[in-house]
Amino acid sequence: MRRDIYQAIADPTRRAILMLLTVGALTPNAIAEHFDSSRQAVSKHIQILAECGAVDQDQRGREIYYQLNIEKMKEIDRWMEAFRKMWETRFDQLDNLLNDL
Amino acid sequence: MTNKFVFEPDLAAKKIYISREFNASIEKVWRAWTEPDLIEKWIAPKPWTAETKILDFTVGGVWLYAMVGTEGHKHWVYAEFTAIEIGSAISTLGMFCDGDGNPVANGPKSYRDTKFLSIEGNRTKVDSVITFEEESTIQMFVEGGFKEGTTMTLNQLEELLASE
Repeated sequence: MRRDIYQAIADPTRRAILMLLTVGALTPNAIAEHFDSSRQAVSKHIQILAECGAVDQDQRGREIYYQLNIEKMKEIDRWMEAFRKMWETRFDQLDNLLNDL
Repeated sequence: MTNKFVFEPDLAAKKIYISREFNASIEKVWRAWTEPDLIEKWIAPKPWTAETKILDFTVGGVWLYAMVGTEGHKHWVYAEFTAIEIGSAISTLGMFCDGDGNPVANGPKSYRDTKFLSIEGNRTKVDSVITFEEESTIQMFVEGGFKEGTTMTLNQLEELLASE
């Protein structure tokens, strides 16, 4: 199944995990400690985040750490900014038109 | 006078809220949003221009226009009117198009609800909510997944904005 970055942020638990990871890389155990849900449920969310490309794995010795994929998260911002600018430009053009009507 | 431009993505809800105030009467703003020769004057960010192919402003009617690039490249924008309240609200269903402006039936869809409100000082407030049917619709924009002749991709937008 193809996953995208929006599935990463579509769920409140996953958004909370992403927030946690903004501070630094964590192991699945360390992430799970922050939630009431089962370790298994948290693992599933981490897996989805990884499939979406929102987080990367980093093997350190025997532990796997998860960290934010900043570049991937920036994709959303970049598109949104372009889209915002398009609407801003349109509206400025509409102002001009309305002045002449 | 501030125009109170609001652009607020709520990606978790797959929605984007857009709001703006205009220093003109609601009648004028309504005309600018519904009359093809007026729409063409503002809908395409310069240096792009807009060309209306169809505008059947009735419920179930089609609105098809092209954003035309400086080298004649056309990006079709297709919408169907799903609700109209004359002088106050317009709802559309947006669909992706192929290079000839034919909507892609099973392609991603978006919905836009726009409300027009008369405010103090003979001014008008326009509120729009764009809802994407699925996350992947936004993602397609992000990846520029729709290439030539479909819709504006991120790169094209960036080029466009850089040339402003």
